Amino acid sequence: MSEYSLSINGKKLKVDVSEDTPLLWVLRDTLDLTGTKYGCGMAQCGACTIHIDGMPTRSCVTPVTLAIGKEITTIEGLSENGDHPVQKAWDTLDVPQCGFCQSGQMMTAAALLKENPNPDEEEISMAMSAHICRCGTYHRINEAVKLAAKLQKR
Amino acid sequence: MKNNRRDFLKNMLLTSGGLVIGFNSLGNSAAEIISMENVKDELLSNAFLTIDSNNLITIFSPNPEIGQGIKTAFAVIVAEELDVDWEKVVVKQADLDIKRFERQLTGGSGAIKHSWERLRKAGATGRYALVAAASKKWNVSATTLKTDKGFVINEKGEKISYGELVNDAVSVEIPKEIPLKSNKEFKLIGQTIKSVDNKTVLTGKAKYGMDYKQPGMLYAQIVRPQGFGQTLKDFDATEAKKIDGVIDVISFKDKVAIIGKSNWPIMKARKVLTINWTNTKELESDTKHNQIFTDMMKNGPFEVRRKDGDIEKAFAEAHKIIEAEYQCPFLSHSPMEPMNFFADVKKDSAKLVGPTQTPQSAQNQVAKLLNIPVENITVELTKMGGGFGRRLNNDYALEAAEVSSLIKAPVKLMWTREDDMSGGIYRPAVRYKFKASIDKAGNVTGFALKGVGLNAGNSTRQDNFPVGAIENVLIESADYKSDITTGPWRAPITNFLAYAEQAFIDEIAFAAGKDPVKLRLELLKKAIEKPVGKITYEPLRFEKVITTVAERAKWGSAKKGLHQGFSVYFSHNSYVAQIAEVEMKKGKPTLKKVFAVTDCGIVINQSGARNQIYGAIVDGLGHAMYGNLNFENGAPKQTNFDQYRLIRFNEVPEIDAHFIDNGIDPTGLGEPALPPTGGALANAIFKATGKRLYKQPFAQEDEKVAEIL
Repeated sequence: MSEYSLSINGKKLKVDVSEDTPLLWVLRDTLDLTGTKYGCGMAQCGACTIHIDGMPTRSCVTPVTLAIGKEITTIEGLSENGDHPVQKAWDTLDVPQCGFCQSGQMMTAAALLKENPNPDEEEISMAMSAHICRCGTYHRINEAVKLAAKLQKR
Repeated sequence: MKNNRRDFLKNMLLTSGGLVIGFNSLGNSAAEIISMENVKDELLSNAFLTIDSNNLITIFSPNPEIGQGIKTAFAVIVAEELDVDWEKVVVKQADLDIKRFERQLTGGSGAIKHSWERLRKAGATGRYALVAAASKKWNVSATTLKTDKGFVINEKGEKISYGELVNDAVSVEIPKEIPLKSNKEFKLIGQTIKSVDNKTVLTGKAKYGMDYKQPGMLYAQIVRPQGFGQTLKDFDATEAKKIDGVIDVISFKDKVAIIGKSNWPIMKARKVLTINWTNTKELESDTKHNQIFTDMMKNGPFEVRRKDGDIEKAFAEAHKIIEAEYQCPFLSHSPMEPMNFFADVKKDSAKLVGPTQTPQSAQNQVAKLLNIPVENITVELTKMGGGFGRRLNNDYALEAAEVSSLIKAPVKLMWTREDDMSGGIYRPAVRYKFKASIDKAGNVTGFALKGVGLNAGNSTRQDNFPVGAIENVLIESADYKSDITTGPWRAPITNFLAYAEQAFIDEIAFAAGKDPVKLRLELLKKAIEKPVGKITYEPLRFEKVITTVAERAKWGSAKKGLHQGFSVYFSHNSYVAQIAEVEMKKGKPTLKKVFAVTDCGIVINQSGARNQIYGAIVDGLGHAMYGNLNFENGAPKQTNFDQYRLIRFNEVPEIDAHFIDNGIDPTGLGEPALPPTGGALANAIFKATGKRLYKQPFAQEDEKVAEIL
């Protein structure tokens, strides 16, 4: 076990874990940031997606050591009051069914819209197809990404 | 002695058998007050709601929410009759409470149908008491008063809030018959209402089973036999125990459990744990399953499920005979949240927390397993990351309880995705053989179905359409007791039977030279005019969804290059007709659109209902195309999403979801839109390519359609 200093959602936090621990488990088990979900453990489903220096990253396959000195953002830190354009759009269009995959979906959508404020159908599809939603909320995710792009401009 | 309110309540509980607001007409379970501890001063309450004097209105949703939208839908129904401001209502998931609720489970798409009247009466009773209290206060007749958004309003337009009336309303005597709103008076029901959990889900604050923690809690994962049919021989945990964060390794019932301070050390320990398994018998494989299917399809033993007329005579006199055999594999449920449960077992009590579709069954099973009085076991319901039937089975909750009792500590058991996919309780593998006869005029004279399943139970639905519309029918099923465990999977049996049957009826139509839609309508006419034997469906409702979807999709006059496939199915008391449209481009088929027309009676929430239609169609398409588990040495080859393909964002067609507005009492929607989907797709593929698909997953059956989505 070693002590690591991490910057998560704008806060400096110290954790004592082994060096190979994936960030996912540091967030969930050590720091109680359970909004980031475990779904497959092999970067297939996207439920564990967070931002590292703004890049959407699969926390289930990212060792804690790779995040040192970088800014980590989780769903809990996407916005202060749950009012990020992506969160607003997801609510307005009532996207979630079970909701388990949606924090990962939103983290990817938020990163996409920051990088590319006007994504076309193809670009949205490319980004969002990296995720699995077992409830099949894809139609509304598609609409919500487009709505979030509009909200972001206001 | 001064009579205070608590004494009044106590007296009332004593004199009325536990009723604070009368729910006599509903029976005890819906009627009893939550408990004396929860009866705060100035609180008007029944099983489903509380109103306090500060006007805080809380509605309790008892049924497990797995993403089907029941938590919101139930609350909408109560709020409608109570006539409150929806934006101000607090909706809470109720924990298991068998005295307070009945049928507190999620299965069979049955919750709305079962609870529709109960929920309305719960709301209406509250409203009645509040109106009566206002009538007394203003000294006017109750019939002159109206309610709206949590206020009682008199003829002068004066308003008084529900909260202000609570103190008086609690002593109102409730008549046996409570008037309910007419459908025309609905303000909330039928509107587009967002899920009450959006706020917590979208900020990462919602607590799913996997997120639940309590101080002092340990973590556990379990290594189970590699293949179904194996037993534990021995294990060596020396290396595993050396890993920092691992506390202990124990075994029970052919399983090895690793206990740790968090999940990652346990996952590392699993890699260095040496376990030897014993094969006590021949382990099952695809090869063996094929042999079993072939043998049983030929030799049975079959159980006759339904017999009408004389099928042999119909076949002997037939102008044409049509035969086909359909196959489907085992499927994993794969909810996004893998199985997990929390248990804190003490000597004579247990606290269980987690995701389950059947909390009462979890309580009873744990009581039996650990010999703890059932009344000393609590079950708290968390949010659930999907279910699809998997969480009807509480195997993982029992494991958590057993581990907790063995290590004498609160524990959170988690299954990895690999555990989940290889852990069984699958959709059973099934094969169907259909045979039908038609006369010279193209009428269907005989219909026979043989279903063979591996742990499928009765793999037929012997009283469902087209049975009842054909004179000579024989429905039989045979079941093989396999080591591979199975369970209900969203729309059990019909999730595959509907595809096979609807694809077969399409084949009959083409053999008879009839339009597939017209053939169904002809058959239904027979079921309306002169049904043969017992039928479970209402032919007129069937007819309506068929004609409506045909109109919406312009059946028979689709644009050039578009090929339409039709399918319709009745399940879980709802009717869904679908038309899938496939476009041929450069010799390759692409699924463009699915039209779905649903009759589930009154739609409670347009948003939630649409979500269920979209989701069930996406689910049906994905699993028909890709879903597959292959077995070797008793174990599935696919253990995670890299090999077990699920449908993704870029693969969904446009969906047109329409509901029949007929004002009939509502029925379930979590499952019924899935069964017809595979048939609509297969029939559209046939129209586009001329090829019939007899085996799921379609992507493996025919590589030309592998990229149709």
